[in-house]
Amino acid sequence: MSRVNMALALILIACALLLINAQHHARKNFVELERLKKEARTLDEEWGQLRLEQSTWAGSARIETLARTQLGLITPSLDRIRMEGATPP
Amino acid sequence: MNYHSKKLLKLHLAPWRMATVGGLIMVGLATVGGRAFYLQSLHTDYLQGKGNAVANRSLTLPAHRGMVSDRNGEPLAISTPVESLWARTAEIKYSRAELNRLADILGMAPDKLKLRLQTRKKGELSVQRPLTPDQAARVAAMGMPGLSLRREYRRYYPAADVAAHVVGFTNVDDLGQEGVERAFQDWLAGKSGERHVLRDRRGNMIRDLEPVKIAQMGGNLALSLDMRIQYLAHRELAAAVTANQAKGGGIVVIDAKTGEILALSNLPVFNPNNRRNYDPQRVRNRAVIDTFEPGSTMKPFTAAAVLERGLFTPQTMINTSDGLIVGNKRIRDEHPHPFLTVTEVIQKSSNIGAVKMAMTLTPEQFCDTLHRAGFGQKPGSGFPGEASGHLRNAKTLKPVEQATMAYGHGISVSLLQLARAYMAFANDGEVAPLSFLRREPQEVVGERVFSPQVARSVRSMMETVTHEGGTAVRAQVPGYRVAGKTGTAHKLIDGQYSADRYIASFVGMAPASDPRFIVAVMIDEPSAGAYFGGSVAGPVFAQVMAGALRSFGLPPDAPLDAPRITQPTLPNPIQTNKAEAIKRGRAA
Repeated sequence: MSRVNMALALILIACALLLINAQHHARKNFVELERLKKEARTLDEEWGQLRLEQSTWAGSARIETLARTQLGLITPSLDRIRMEGATPP
Repeated sequence: MNYHSKKLLKLHLAPWRMATVGGLIMVGLATVGGRAFYLQSLHTDYLQGKGNAVANRSLTLPAHRGMVSDRNGEPLAISTPVESLWARTAEIKYSRAELNRLADILGMAPDKLKLRLQTRKKGELSVQRPLTPDQAARVAAMGMPGLSLRREYRRYYPAADVAAHVVGFTNVDDLGQEGVERAFQDWLAGKSGERHVLRDRRGNMIRDLEPVKIAQMGGNLALSLDMRIQYLAHRELAAAVTANQAKGGGIVVIDAKTGEILALSNLPVFNPNNRRNYDPQRVRNRAVIDTFEPGSTMKPFTAAAVLERGLFTPQTMINTSDGLIVGNKRIRDEHPHPFLTVTEVIQKSSNIGAVKMAMTLTPEQFCDTLHRAGFGQKPGSGFPGEASGHLRNAKTLKPVEQATMAYGHGISVSLLQLARAYMAFANDGEVAPLSFLRREPQEVVGERVFSPQVARSVRSMMETVTHEGGTAVRAQVPGYRVAGKTGTAHKLIDGQYSADRYIASFVGMAPASDPRFIVAVMIDEPSAGAYFGGSVAGPVFAQVMAGALRSFGLPPDAPLDAPRITQPTLPNPIQTNKAEAIKRGRAA
């Protein structure tokens, strides 16, 4: 009888330790999940900033000013443009 | 064992000592017990609350405002986080060296910064907003007590003034104030969520205490605008307004097949990124909100009204030699011609011809046609505050009013409404509902206004407008057939027609064989000499239409050997006003 009790007590202790271990892992994973979520948000925001930057650099007004002032380009007048067999994009 | 039985261990104690010690122990026990009872059962709510305040946190999950983009995904409005610097005045402490360093980071004079930090005795004040990411990192590294960084979302408009009137803007609380930002506020804003979490000593979140209420992120919005055409329209309009020393102007480009608004621009305009010099007059989207008397651009509708009832054919001759008197008003032509066919009435924009056609109709018939074309009703774009214009009631219409309406006076329209009405001619009699959002072609259900025959014959009349002898030779686009109509209207000022102030307009479509685009241009008070719709608004139309046709890659439909009239193009904006153009480039 006492042997069975001993065994049960040992099993109980083992289970308790496993539970502690599992809980510890769960918490660690949860912290990691939160960190990654935060990182995702940061990356998302960075992406938005890069989009903003890209469209600022590539803005038509800026490109046109640069083309005119730095490269000396001009817009051809309409009668100097000819469309050849155009196809819809 | 019995101690009392052993003589040596027998202790003689006074009974009062026993009582005192025992009593003291009991009192101590009672105190501890009472305190425990007090904390556990009477004071528990307060303590539990304190404990929860340390470990439990309820967090609001902010919803990100959605992005607005054009039809090709080019961003027009983006929210991006910025750090701003706040100071709690009571806690702030700094040495002279720290002050200098902070001032250096912020790019302020140290004295000015000191003054700023002392402006308030209590509470918090914002030191600077927004900071650049680099500034924020350096301020955080200093770790000065009392200073804190706060994360805010700021909305940026990369297209700046080019698409300002359509996109609109938001206020400091991220609420849409104008334009699409206001019209689609609910969709863009999203809903913030909430979660309750348990935190450990270091402030890490350990687990959720309640199911998370997920934040509903604001939806993105793809507008119908095409930034290539929008930029072109904006640039050409600005160039024409400058060249003609006009007070303002507007331009609308519509996809004739789907009713999508591809470009819409007004002058004067504002920069939504910089609202320091906010002027409500500049923020008005005139093309949608304001109305004007259209003038001759109404004549095609007069022609359609008589054609669809079989009263005239395009070849019917009309005597336009003598002046015509209706009521007590004398109708005149700017350039008199003795006889004109219906086609030539449109081509040469004869007022007498238009009035003679309109007077063959009853007021009900005439107003019915105009009503069907959408005049006097909201064009239905969903834009906040859009104007419906004014159409007189047929029952009380006097003959003189009917006569003036035939050439576009005594009726008011918005530019958007006018462009929409021309869709009936462009789309073989069907008008698709307008939209500021990108839509798929199969979604469109049109509304029939004219029969296909009437629409086509009016369209071919309007084609002659851009031919030799028409009023808008300068609206030609090389390689394409163009149909359109000019308008030159005296401006109504305080109920009187001004003798020398005009509104010049041109509404046209191309390729005329199967129109894809409608471009409506309006120039308000051109005052550099020219004031006719054909010479002021026509060239803007030609430039924008040519660009639109090119960027959509539509094949030319004009015969190759078509007689070509050399096109005098507008001077480049940079040559007429170099400083302005450079400034625009820099601002963007």
